[in-house]
Amino acid sequence: MADISKQEPDNPKQRPAKLTGAEILWATLEGEGVREVFGYPGGAILPVYDALRKFPIKHILVRHEQGAVHMADGYARASGRVGVAMATSGPGATNMVTGIATAMLDSVPIVCITGNVSSKVLGSDAFQEVDITGITMPVTKHNYLVTRAEDIAPVVRDAFRVATTGRPGPVLIDITKDAQQATADFDFAAAAPPAAIAHPMLRAERAAIAEAAKMILESKRPVILAGYGIIKSGAEEQVRTLAERAELPVACTLLGLGSFPASHELNLGMMGMHGESWVNEAIQSADLLIACGMRFDDRVTGTLASYAPKAKKIHIDIDPAEINKNVRVDVALTGDLKVVLDNLLPLIPKRSGAPWLKTIRASKGTAAVRDITNLPDTGHLYAAHVIHDLWRETHGECVVATDVGQHQMWEAQYFKHEQARSLVTSGGLGTMGFALPAGIGAKVACPAKEVWVIAGDGGFQMTACELSTIAQEQLDINIAIINNGYLGMVRQWQEFFYEKNYQSSPILSPDFAILASAHSIPSATVRTRGEVLPAVREARKTRGPFLINFMVEKEESVYPMIPAGAALHEMIRRPQTPPRNPILESAEDE
Amino acid sequence: MLHTFVALVGDKPGVLTRVASLFRRLNINITSLTVGASERAAVSRMTIVADAPPTATHRIMASLYKLEDVIEVDDIDRFSSVSRELALIKVAANAQTRSHLFELANVFRARVVDLAPESLMVEMTGSASKIEGLLQVLVESGDTVLEVSRTGRMVMRRGHHTSRVLEALRDTSSTGKPGGAGIEPDLLDLVPEDLPEEATSAD
Repeated sequence: MADISKQEPDNPKQRPAKLTGAEILWATLEGEGVREVFGYPGGAILPVYDALRKFPIKHILVRHEQGAVHMADGYARASGRVGVAMATSGPGATNMVTGIATAMLDSVPIVCITGNVSSKVLGSDAFQEVDITGITMPVTKHNYLVTRAEDIAPVVRDAFRVATTGRPGPVLIDITKDAQQATADFDFAAAAPPAAIAHPMLRAERAAIAEAAKMILESKRPVILAGYGIIKSGAEEQVRTLAERAELPVACTLLGLGSFPASHELNLGMMGMHGESWVNEAIQSADLLIACGMRFDDRVTGTLASYAPKAKKIHIDIDPAEINKNVRVDVALTGDLKVVLDNLLPLIPKRSGAPWLKTIRASKGTAAVRDITNLPDTGHLYAAHVIHDLWRETHGECVVATDVGQHQMWEAQYFKHEQARSLVTSGGLGTMGFALPAGIGAKVACPAKEVWVIAGDGGFQMTACELSTIAQEQLDINIAIINNGYLGMVRQWQEFFYEKNYQSSPILSPDFAILASAHSIPSATVRTRGEVLPAVREARKTRGPFLINFMVEKEESVYPMIPAGAALHEMIRRPQTPPRNPILESAEDE
Repeated sequence: MLHTFVALVGDKPGVLTRVASLFRRLNINITSLTVGASERAAVSRMTIVADAPPTATHRIMASLYKLEDVIEVDDIDRFSSVSRELALIKVAANAQTRSHLFELANVFRARVVDLAPESLMVEMTGSASKIEGLLQVLVESGDTVLEVSRTGRMVMRRGHHTSRVLEALRDTSSTGKPGGAGIEPDLLDLVPEDLPEEATSAD
């Protein structure tokens, strides 16, 4: 076979020729702009791996297929481009499921490609055969089973369309081995998906937009709820213009962090279960909520019966199925946020929100005295201090991939995100083990950016095998392990709601410094506040990966906290004086 | 309450699973689901009857539209429509008891399509309530119903102005037949009262 990638390297889109299905797959991926693929080979996908050498696409070998999908996910979240993951049939495919569900819940555009047994033996329980299209149906936006080489190009192109249009999401393509081996004509242009039909339920009528504008101008206590949809739509400027022109305070969801600059005077911070008290208080006493690309998740609303009882609601979202799903809204504008706001903004004149902003500022001032970073240094190393110092040292100018649990919430509270796509975290599914592989994906997507992985000692161990991937690829990634010897968030719930019965939450970890050195990765272990900055500086200075094991206070909790099922204002706040041993102090219930 | 949706879907493997799976995910029971060929090539038409809270309509429609294979969904409950169901009913009957069944079938505009020494089979097409009426009469008259097979309902909107209707009418006007050009869409609406009794939806 001739080296087709070198025949017409500048014009992959015009390469009509007879190719194998495997070659068609790579050629189509190349045509779609794919430069990197995360994957793991195996019997049913070997023809595809065999053909890779003819194409200018880099393959990153992972250590577990879940990692491959998280990497594709982190790649997509950090860059906005489609992430691609690849695995073989059977166990390779089933290992991807957690990663796919993670991307589904956060609407991340990724394309997963699996090999499958030959179409002649489909359904016969052949070696490493599994019905992966059946298994992933509920956790993909769409999936395909391809049994003929000539279908590969149109299906791959359609998959990219599905993944990126409307509300984005993960797509899986299962390709049988005989389809990879058979030959067919390849014509990238002819394989383009048909023009999309307008979604009949997407509507933002002029009258509804005018009604929304009227509601905004008449409101006395409005709050913008900024969600991940702002970043996906690229509507950061529009939201900022709206907020500034009408002086509307902005509260962010976890995934909405970075959609509105953290330092902006109108940014209140994060809302929800571990949101700051003044943010949730503002939402509870608001008379108008303007929800932009968010879906009123239960972690954001608390109990629905008492959620923002005085507020009218405007909901702008691209997915009609989200309208009135959790919270009944007064005006629904379904469509691309950017387009909707472009139509809304001309109807919004300048307006002052001074009295309402003053009220919020006052409650913010009261809450600040409880903030751990404002408390006197007692010599203890708190995770909040670590993250606060990391933020100050990097000036927030890096991509942070967090795992799931206490450290994720502390990061959301103490790391100030000024830029969209500077936080990569699993919100909807809450997938432990996400941070390390997602951080790898982010670094591959944005090699010029500084990348920090922040993970707990529990979550880190779930996908710690990917350290080996980092070492093999010599990726310049800094890893901060917030090590408290517990599954911290589980322990916190056990402390608050299960009478401190710490069943199965203490966790033994290996010496992470030795683990790092086993991968030839330099590391530092930090036990006091004074050691934080030197270690962070060393990590940043070091070319290639660096791991810091932060041995933090064991039994510290994330405050404030809204217990599951409670109302947004019924939060548990940090005890006012810094407890030497927080566990001895009972949580103050307000 | 019962919701009825008519959906145009791609005719390919897995589409039925995707639609059925969606209702399962929403924890909604499908009362009946019929699928068959439509007027378009490679496109099937489904009638889905589901038991869900009155407020679920929007959620179901929007969720159906999220399936890539779904082309169009119609919330048929909002419009006047014709609803039909086919039932095959096997009733125990011998030479002595069979004659009143022929009478019954006649009254219900059903047809006897098979005759065996100990049973006969009745075919009936109609609205669901008419079929239930026949079954009830059979039970009340002491007949033993041996087997019932029902298709579930198929529903079609009356005078629904799809772009294809307008196109078809424009075509006739260009060939010189009257009535095509300039027809206001609303004029195409046939109200149920204007139709013969038999064609009127009974439920």
